[in-house]
Amino acid sequence: MDTASLIFYLLATLLVIASLLVVFLRNVVHCALALVSALLLIAVLFVTLQAPMVGVLQVMVYAGAIMVLFLFVIMLLNPAALERQRGLWWGFGAMLALMLAGVLVPLVMTNDLPADPVAATELFGSPEMLAKSLFSDFVLPFEIASVLLLVAIIGAVVLAKREN
Amino acid sequence: MIVDLAIITLKAVLVVGMVLNLAGVLGWIERKGSALIQDRIGANRASIFGFAGMGLVNTLIADPLKFLFKEDFIPPTGDRFLHTLAPCMALFPALVTFAVIPFGDVLNIGERSINLQVANLNIGILYVFAMGSLGVYGIVIGAWASNNKFSMLGGVRGSAQMISYEIAMGLSVMGVLMVYGTLELQDIARSQGALIRDLMPSWLRFLSPIVGWLPAWGIFLQPLAFLLFFTAAVAETKRIPFDLPEGESELVAGYHVEYSGGKFLMFFAGEFAEVVTVAGLVTTLFFGGWQVPYLLRDGFHFPWGGTWLLPHVFIVLLQVAAFTVKLIFFCWLQILLRWSVPRFRYDQVMRLGWKMLLPLALLNVVATAVWILAAQ
Amino acid sequence: MIALHYYLILSAVVFAIGVVGVLIRRNLIVILMSIELMLNAVNLTFIAFSRYLGSTDGQVAVFFVMAVAAAEAVIGLAIIISVYRHRQSLDPQEMQLLKW
Repeated sequence: MDTASLIFYLLATLLVIASLLVVFLRNVVHCALALVSALLLIAVLFVTLQAPMVGVLQVMVYAGAIMVLFLFVIMLLNPAALERQRGLWWGFGAMLALMLAGVLVPLVMTNDLPADPVAATELFGSPEMLAKSLFSDFVLPFEIASVLLLVAIIGAVVLAKREN
Repeated sequence: MIVDLAIITLKAVLVVGMVLNLAGVLGWIERKGSALIQDRIGANRASIFGFAGMGLVNTLIADPLKFLFKEDFIPPTGDRFLHTLAPCMALFPALVTFAVIPFGDVLNIGERSINLQVANLNIGILYVFAMGSLGVYGIVIGAWASNNKFSMLGGVRGSAQMISYEIAMGLSVMGVLMVYGTLELQDIARSQGALIRDLMPSWLRFLSPIVGWLPAWGIFLQPLAFLLFFTAAVAETKRIPFDLPEGESELVAGYHVEYSGGKFLMFFAGEFAEVVTVAGLVTTLFFGGWQVPYLLRDGFHFPWGGTWLLPHVFIVLLQVAAFTVKLIFFCWLQILLRWSVPRFRYDQVMRLGWKMLLPLALLNVVATAVWILAAQ
Repeated sequence: MIALHYYLILSAVVFAIGVVGVLIRRNLIVILMSIELMLNAVNLTFIAFSRYLGSTDGQVAVFFVMAVAAAEAVIGLAIIISVYRHRQSLDPQEMQLLKW
């Protein structure tokens, strides 16, 4: 087993543990922190998959901004009063997870998938490649995404305003 | 393979050690410097066998010992795990950000060339911003785990301030990135070795005798970006004049009021490590990093034609020394700023970040874009 | 070398855990967090395929998924805040006004 496989198995185990913690911890703040660690682990997986730009965007946007927003809202809504979890259906949940995984996993174990990665050029996954793609092939979705974010900002401000 | 690993480990240990040591020394400079500015003596009581070393023994030996031996108090209604985790989350980004800052050019030993930078990422400066956005967690979690209204106020203020100034920081750097055309900090430091007269478009050549002999440092090519970045970075690290989240006279030390002993030392060291990181970034982006003006790979090449060839190791040492001098200068500048300027009120801080720095940074980006297009 | 299968299995497992989170938790914020977990599992699939097929389209797709997830998280949290203001509770079981 070489180092790449070792690193992958380590990251995969930690990621599964982190996602289990997100779903099954009682304290909401702890769940949020488990999600942050899951996001950081996924960013590291991105970097091992030759996508450093997307990995660093994941840390900046997801772990650095969206999760901070989650934590703000959690603290604003004062979860100390909201922690009564009347009977999490643990057994039911475990069974559901196994069923879903049991359906999805054989689905992905088809035989016509490439087992080895295509040899990557040095520029693969770098900011230049991503930018070239974004601004030539995908420029329309890019502009629409900016409009989407503007709409989201306005919507959030309107929805969360106090009506006085 | 093993030698490569050993070299990288050595570089990493060197950089982390330097940042932490500089953080400690900055504590001393802050106490003695503030004493000089305020016309008093400062801490000078602790001494070993009568040697008090201008407060060095006090700040570097007595204070850390005091912090480490204090009782570790966790608020009984607070969250034990998070209370212990928060200082680690505050210190970690401050230490690892320095990994991408180059402290020298390539060092050639035998047939091996060592890049004097811990990690040469192709995303360069984005890594710094990513670690900066992770720095918010230390504040938010620290405030939350203390279960204290003053902490909560300080924490919410601090994190809102940090995320506001992250945007201004990123946008102000964009002008620099456009001018040098790369995200990698080592390449930015290298491109600052050229002279301005080699970069000028033909219709500006008449200015060449006045400014052409200057090296192409970021401060000459993007002065507005320097001001914006420096302001945003000082606000991001919550130093005075932007330290209302820690408000020593308003909020009883804000978000770290419930922290004592080793945990407070971690917050404190994290703040000074951030001072060092900001100084390192400003040096690399705007002041040539490790560049000594007119010093190329083989020696000095003065613009009036003279040359002075030097051995390779000497040049590398000179460049590392230049980087260190510039780093210390900017650390000193931030400390001077702390003790000379009064603190902003919180709404003034927010107004500055959103209504003044952000539009100016956007204006800078547009002006730089127009300039670059016109120069072609 | 790690075959593509392993990344897809990891992704499927994380996705399944996210689905379980949405179904069994009784806290709106944790449900939203499980949705983010599902989106990230899908991102992992995109990036794995992008690497193994050698095309940057997967990374561009992840870029857009991140932008849309950000917008959705923002709006979701704003909705949660306004719901909390009216009902003083974050339990989806208490929001059954529209049930027959």
